Amino acid sequence: MDLAQAPPLTALKHKHLLGIADLSPEEIVLILDTAEAMKEVGQRTIKKVPTLRGRTVINLFFEPSTRTRTSFEIAEKRLSADTLNVAIASSSVVKGETLVDTAMNLEAMAPSMIVLRHASSGACHLLSRICKAAIVNAGDGMHEHPTQALLDAFTIREHKQKLAGLKIAIVGDLLHSRVLRSNVLLLTKLGADVWVCAPATLIPPGLKQMGVTVTTRVDEAVAGADVIMMLRIQLERMQGAYFPSQREYFRTFGMTEARVARAKPDVIIMHPGPINRGVEIASEVADGASSVILDQVANGVAVRMAVLYLLAGGGDGETARAD
Amino acid sequence: MPVVMDAERISRALTRIAHEILEHNRGLANLALVGVRSRGVPIAQRIAHDILQITREEIAVGALDITLYRDDLMGASVGLAPLVRKTEIPFSIDGRTIVLVDDVLYTGRTTRAALDALTDFGRPKSIQLMVLVDRGHRELPIKADYVGKNVPTSRQESVQVHLRELDGVDEVLLQGKE
Repeated sequence: MDLAQAPPLTALKHKHLLGIADLSPEEIVLILDTAEAMKEVGQRTIKKVPTLRGRTVINLFFEPSTRTRTSFEIAEKRLSADTLNVAIASSSVVKGETLVDTAMNLEAMAPSMIVLRHASSGACHLLSRICKAAIVNAGDGMHEHPTQALLDAFTIREHKQKLAGLKIAIVGDLLHSRVLRSNVLLLTKLGADVWVCAPATLIPPGLKQMGVTVTTRVDEAVAGADVIMMLRIQLERMQGAYFPSQREYFRTFGMTEARVARAKPDVIIMHPGPINRGVEIASEVADGASSVILDQVANGVAVRMAVLYLLAGGGDGETARAD
Repeated sequence: MPVVMDAERISRALTRIAHEILEHNRGLANLALVGVRSRGVPIAQRIAHDILQITREEIAVGALDITLYRDDLMGASVGLAPLVRKTEIPFSIDGRTIVLVDDVLYTGRTTRAALDALTDFGRPKSIQLMVLVDRGHRELPIKADYVGKNVPTSRQESVQVHLRELDGVDEVLLQGKE
């Protein structure tokens, strides 16, 4: 290919992916478009491309995670990066200093990227200020989980061909959810009509200011919805008396077939996992024809490949146009 | 800016190449075209159309994006990644003769990347290379089997291929030093 015919250079304006809050709508669309090409790689017999050969990516997980960590690891391997998993039990590291020390030690081994999950909101921002490596937020405290929101958006776009104008009902534990925060930021940036629903005890202050409709009536939230997105009731964080019992929660807020029937006929049901059957979602709904929960998992790999590629795969403008 | 090829010239060159491909391969049994994105794809489709006119038979056409196989992505600076597009090869390439189609052959690095990308999809019987313009200055041992036009250039010049499907006009321009 010749100079003027090189593909248009399009880029993220950021070295790190810390949260959806930093991204412009155009950058979000770029990630989603790139993920479509990455998805095709995952459908090949040989699911591997040499793009990140010779780059080291460290998955630094201070919180337990199966789905997100394996998803990142598969994405890294499909791009031929060298991957290293550092899993640290959440109990052994609580102080910021230790995080910085750990990061400095890993940094000394010159990784290209660090994928970080941490229980403290802002841990990724902290590392981004001290590390040369690009930081990818894989979930920090109750702050953000950007790649989850991106894969959710990718899955919605795949089924609905658009995001703008869709009614999206998000039901579940709004209070403890970083997934909610990232999703609300992303979906409102791309023009979706977002409704959020939970018991009053699980609604954080300030949600309305994020441009969503807040309700405690689940029937109202799902009425005519194009997308129903369930959030996990984080049983491990439920020491407080947020609601009387799991059974009562299910009766009032659980996603049953009867409630799904109030949405549009072609509604899709989403859940970031892991699901609590019979708490926030009925098994018939989770396994039903409208459920795209496993599509979300599959798309997670493609979206993370896109993020890794866009953050680390970039050549500079001149050499990228050499041929 | 000098026009190296106009619409008619491009059209005649592609028709000639369609005949050459058929002659060289003795028909189109087990043959497929794979265009390198972006301008290799419409060129491949036009050759397929010409082959249809000549033989009344359809030839399979695929599209290959080579971005993930480029050897220039390891540059240190961050955030300037070329846009990745989808590869679409809706047929098995195992045991087939593949004609790789691109617009301009220059250093050969795109072709090198395309060969790597293609062989990840299977094991073709053979791979041939067709380009609309060969402008010289190879940096790798790569040679085209079918050439629309050889255009002697200097490294300071650039060759621009415009195609109806993507640019609204068919022409090949040689842009001088600026």
